[in-house]
Amino acid sequence: MLTISTGNNAVAAAVRQAIPAVVAAYPITPQTEIVEQIANYVTNGSLKSKYIPVESEHSAMAACIGASITGIRTFTATSSHGLLYMHEMVNWAAGARLPIVMANVNRALGPGWNVWAEHTDSLQARDTGWLQVYVATVQEAYDATIMAFRIAEDRRVYLPVMINLDGFSLSHITQQLEESEIGDFIPPLMLDHAIDTKAPAGYGCMTPSTDYFRIRYDIERSMRDSVAVIRETEDAFATKFGRKYSWTENYRCEDAEVLVLSMGTLGKEAEVAVDILRDEGVKAGAMRVRWIRPFPELDLGDRELVVIDRNYSFGFGGILASSIRAKTGRQCYNVIAGIGGQEVTYNDIAGFIRNRRIGEETWFGVDA
Amino acid sequence: MFEIRLHSRGGQGGVTAAKLMALAAFRDGKYATAAPFYGAERRGAPIVSFIRIDDKPIKIYSQIHNPDLVVVLDPSIIDLVNVFDGLKPDGKVLINATEVPAKAAGYKVSLVDLTGIALKINLIVAGSPILNTPVIGALAKMGLFSRESASAAIKEMFSDERNYQAALMAFEELV
Amino acid sequence: MTDIRVQIVMSGTSATEYICKCTSACAGCSSSLILRHVLKAAGPDTVLVVPACCTSVLQGVWPNTAFNIPVYNVAFAAAAAVASGMAAAFESMGKNTNVIAYAGDGGTVDIGIQALSGALERETNFLYICYDNEAYGNTGMQRSGSTPIGARTTTTPGGKVHKKKDLDRIIAAHNLPYMATACSAYPQDLAKKVQKALSIKGPKFMHILAPCPPGWRYDASKTIEVGKMAVKTGLWAMYEREYDLLTISGPTKAAMIKPAPLEDYFKMQGRFSGLKEEQVKTVRGEMERNLRMLKAEAEGC
Ligand SMILES: Cc1ncc(C[n+]2csc(CCOP(=O)(O)OP(=O)(O)O)c2C)c(N)n1
Ligand code: SF4
Ligand SMILES: [Mg+2]
Repeated sequence: MLTISTGNNAVAAAVRQAIPAVVAAYPITPQTEIVEQIANYVTNGSLKSKYIPVESEHSAMAACIGASITGIRTFTATSSHGLLYMHEMVNWAAGARLPIVMANVNRALGPGWNVWAEHTDSLQARDTGWLQVYVATVQEAYDATIMAFRIAEDRRVYLPVMINLDGFSLSHITQQLEESEIGDFIPPLMLDHAIDTKAPAGYGCMTPSTDYFRIRYDIERSMRDSVAVIRETEDAFATKFGRKYSWTENYRCEDAEVLVLSMGTLGKEAEVAVDILRDEGVKAGAMRVRWIRPFPELDLGDRELVVIDRNYSFGFGGILASSIRAKTGRQCYNVIAGIGGQEVTYNDIAGFIRNRRIGEETWFGVDA
Repeated sequence: MFEIRLHSRGGQGGVTAAKLMALAAFRDGKYATAAPFYGAERRGAPIVSFIRIDDKPIKIYSQIHNPDLVVVLDPSIIDLVNVFDGLKPDGKVLINATEVPAKAAGYKVSLVDLTGIALKINLIVAGSPILNTPVIGALAKMGLFSRESASAAIKEMFSDERNYQAALMAFEELV
Repeated sequence: MTDIRVQIVMSGTSATEYICKCTSACAGCSSSLILRHVLKAAGPDTVLVVPACCTSVLQGVWPNTAFNIPVYNVAFAAAAAVASGMAAAFESMGKNTNVIAYAGDGGTVDIGIQALSGALERETNFLYICYDNEAYGNTGMQRSGSTPIGARTTTTPGGKVHKKKDLDRIIAAHNLPYMATACSAYPQDLAKKVQKALSIKGPKFMHILAPCPPGWRYDASKTIEVGKMAVKTGLWAMYEREYDLLTISGPTKAAMIKPAPLEDYFKMQGRFSGLKEEQVKTVRGEMERNLRMLKAEAEGC
């Protein structure tokens, strides 16, 4: 069905296709519409899930954990302070190898209160063992949510997946959306370690130092195995629904001499900047990094790199730029832009590329 | 690409009007985005929405600085905000009013009494006249999208027949 | 032209205003009205601790603030704990500054209850005020643990199925030097209770009903009427308790003798439009149980 939708409603519509048995979620701007829409679906009977209106995000993730270990499908959504408040349980979900799917609507952190887009919230959770994907269109929010269930629930993965969408600039905008009947695209969940009175076991009990690291290494092994699962899932999705996704979205990259790398909606805006520069004779290309965990192999060649980070790791640098430097050994021009919803236009991005100073870092809008 | 900036007050239905515009353009076979800009204010504060319509997918998420069209649902905003800021030289303005506000002099202004239309057919919710459906009729008349797509969009989003009726009245009223 | 303004001061309250007439609250917002009277009663040597709620928004946008006393905004779950730290710090400096935590019902009965219970148990010298608009106003009216049964919110589109949490009895279990309930429609009663609370050392708690026009779906001009009706029906009971000495406030005493019909209260508000017969019965049952228990306690039996 072809229609129009906001980013938030697209996530909710995808959840309605996936039919999690339990949804436990707590409202927070700018994620609230996801929770409200799911509550609507459950009330009008179009989604046969149990919806638990918990009293905090810590409890939202905890309730998902309790539900998930019984071997059923679960979903939650949050943002910013909500994600921070549930952080303990976010770690727990991955450590317990539970295929929980969560949408995080990216938003800045207080104080001062700021409800607009920034990626620092989810990037602070990058070491928790969750897979993380960042989307840039309403359609992609829908598609990524559907794929997330299949990836998380794959036996080779059994790790939770977080779909990240930019607060307001994607969560609240309206674009076209093709809703697909997903049929058997997500196989029924078979959780091998589901709790079962016929097979009594202790879960999460004291684990000595002689064994604990093996269990942690197992998470890393599954994270590495998830690379194949993600590729298979995205290929299967393309075959079935005709919409193709990959580790990165590349725009005019083939012959590019300078690449601008970014995440989320800024990655789309960057494509417009690339068109402007191409008209000026600059061979620019845009690469939008979608998956941040597992971190993709990036085909950067020897091109000059401009990396836009809508996040920051204080005392170190932009997180995407640092990751690229660490993974590839390449230097880049790191622009910190879009913090707390700061307006960044395609003209601004064209400016970043024109005025690049490889090896340096700039905070857009700050006179250093 | 055609860029529209819509000014309203929180609670007046500006966000829904923007969605309806996107839907009508979409039903015309175009690509469209509607992006409300939310400030930190509560109800009644001036808010602005950005609507883009194009023949190809729209990749711009930032605000509209040079609109082709400015729509003003509440003329009292004109005294608070420079709604004409950055309007293209040949850009148009649609205002929900019965006479041209002083500050609008010199612009290509079209007037339509959306409030009057809503009141006439008692299209009132929680004490406020509904402006978001009649404005779609006026915009169809201005050629933003076809009359058929406008009515399809309204019928898709609203079941109350009066919404369609109000849009039709605005379509006919606008000269 | 001279601009003549007449300042009408309600008897028993101060003429000084600590909230300027430029908040971004909705028209008819009674939680901001409550805060106005709270601050007038507390005076200038007061620090307000505010968790995420409507009050974090209605102060205005940086660098402006509509409040004329220091306001410390904190994370949603943290108000009582931050206030604990502040109270201990003032005490260590020998200062008598009032520390008031001003939190919504969500920040109190849901996410903030753990920190609140801890602060009360540790006998923190502060006043915690929960203004109760019976939903999450800041995020657009989702259910809270304090939303009454049957009320429509954006997460209970068919009406809430669970009962309102009995916050006051949870608080009472901490056996405080002072706790009180109040309502925005009775500002003199409210101000007196705030003054009394602040004259006592140790943990103090107030629970104040705050009708909310967009959330409860009534016309902004009816905000006082709705609050009065909540009290007159007996649904919102007003009282003070000093340790275990309970005093029922005048308007509630009157409601105990001759209550207004509950239906009149429901009818005023759109949020109750889908209220079912058995839900009315549940509300009535809860209300009667509450009044019965209060009466028995006041009569000392
Ligand atoms: C950890 C966390 N979760 C969620 C939110 C989003 N949030 C901010 S205020 C609020 C509701 C506040 O409700 P209440 O305490 O009743 O105060 P009111 O807004 O009604 O005044 C919510 C859910 C947040 N800021 N932090
Ligand atoms: S939503 Fe209710 S409590 Fe919040 S500012 Fe508006 S009237 Fe006040
Ligand atoms: Mg509240």
